[in-house]
Amino acid sequence: MTDVILISVYIFVLAVFIGFEVITKVPPLLHTPLMSGSNAVSGITVVGALLSTGAGHSQLATVLGVLAVIFATINVVGGFMVTDRMLEMFKDKDSK
Amino acid sequence: MPTITNLVYLISAVLFILGLKKLSSPKTARKGNQLAMAAMLVAVVITLLDQKIIDFTYIIVGLVVGSAIGAVMAKKVQLTGMPQLVAFFNGLGGGASTLVASSEFYQMTGNAEVNVIATIGLSVLIGTVTFTGSLIAFAKLQGIMKGAPITFRGQQVLNALLVLGAIALGAMLCMDFSNTNLLLGIFVVAAVLGVTSVIPIGGADMPVVISLLNSYSGLAAAATGFVISNNVLIIGGALVGASGIILTQIMCVAMNRSLGNVLFAAVGSDGGSADGGSGEQRSVTRYTAQDAVVMFDNAQSVVIVPGYGLAVAQAQHVLQETAQILMDRGLKVRYAIHPVAGRMPGHMNVLLAEANVPYDLLLEMDAINDDFQNTDVVLVIGANDVINPAARSKKGSALYGMPILNVDQARTVMIVKRSLSVGFAGEDNELFYDDKTMMLFGDAKKMVTEIVQVLKG
Repeated sequence: MTDVILISVYIFVLAVFIGFEVITKVPPLLHTPLMSGSNAVSGITVVGALLSTGAGHSQLATVLGVLAVIFATINVVGGFMVTDRMLEMFKDKDSK
Repeated sequence: MPTITNLVYLISAVLFILGLKKLSSPKTARKGNQLAMAAMLVAVVITLLDQKIIDFTYIIVGLVVGSAIGAVMAKKVQLTGMPQLVAFFNGLGGGASTLVASSEFYQMTGNAEVNVIATIGLSVLIGTVTFTGSLIAFAKLQGIMKGAPITFRGQQVLNALLVLGAIALGAMLCMDFSNTNLLLGIFVVAAVLGVTSVIPIGGADMPVVISLLNSYSGLAAAATGFVISNNVLIIGGALVGASGIILTQIMCVAMNRSLGNVLFAAVGSDGGSADGGSGEQRSVTRYTAQDAVVMFDNAQSVVIVPGYGLAVAQAQHVLQETAQILMDRGLKVRYAIHPVAGRMPGHMNVLLAEANVPYDLLLEMDAINDDFQNTDVVLVIGANDVINPAARSKKGSALYGMPILNVDQARTVMIVKRSLSVGFAGEDNELFYDDKTMMLFGDAKKMVTEIVQVLKG
């Protein structure tokens, strides 16, 4: 089990570095969509929420799971949709 | 976990990274967001196929309810309200992490391992701070709560004690898994900490706070990934955590503040326009829309500097109409966007894009600053601190050292403003009294509308 945690830490640290590399290249022009879009990505917790809800645990665990699914899904669906709505408005001179 | 599932999660993680990569250009950004959506869909679908899931009833209810609420909010929100929406979604992300970690905790009685318990504690701590902190930020931005800092004696000591308390409870939980009250304790302490750490932060500093909470929501997701040993949560969470930290850093530099100063100094009054009047005795000449148009008639290049006051007055559309008329007359027109223009990182760009301003006319500070000296007319609307030359020269000023737009180097500066009042930093602006400056007093929308009418003649 310690190995599992250790590997997880490796993955986390490396992913943070990838994040820094990729995100420093996003221009200030797009920082608001970046924020709402990455916000939606953090709703990836929905995966954990689905497992907690559907695994047939105790009633309490299931209730917490359902709430988590609702919270995370609002985050994911709302976040991606509003980001798409914003990015659709960004047009250059030629496409006006 | 089956190998196939894990491989599909890897695909999902790669798609997230590619999606963020495509956000580096406005041409590919929309596709990037769609890739991230695909990544999420892939992750959700493969999870639903997991054999551990035996009952779909509640899952379907949760997904349908969540999707409906999220979709309505995304469609209804006005773009001036984006900061609140992002704060709210952030909070839900944090809340979801807390709930998943708690759910895991309540079904693993007895045979748990210490490191899993520790990550559960961490997940509940970060998730709950994100949840309550974001709700406070939401309430402040939405105007439900006053934007001014709320401070009390010993606030920082209390916050420090709360952090220590949470750590102590976490340590105790690791030694005694069966005591569910300890986890509840962490939850309560974290909930209070989220509130007490955000209430002292003023309206003008909100861009920093929502960036930071954005980062927290990512870290909370990653912590939950540790709890359930799920790599796609860890990678997705780490990406968001990094993104939030970068944005926080950019906002701090643009506001000339350290992160510690933003979090603890309780600077800044309410959001919106701070028209207080500073007992100013010096006189300036009032100019009219007609005077402004005479200057445009003799100009070849114009740079527009929009501030949040523009968005508050809802003057973006009529401003773009003005810009279009000038461009049709052969003038070179561009917009100069300071990093803190608006209420969240990049906010002004979105507000102008909504008003049909092509993004190639939106230039960031570093791209346009050297060009002001070759510019005939600068039109400043609803901005103040970001053009204040005191940032360059006046040691001891709160603004000193802040990067500003070199508006004062242009031949003529027109400033549309309601009064001579100071900005958030409380610093008088010498530029208002400069000979090259034309003060156009009035509401941004009214003044720009007058200019358009005169231009149309």
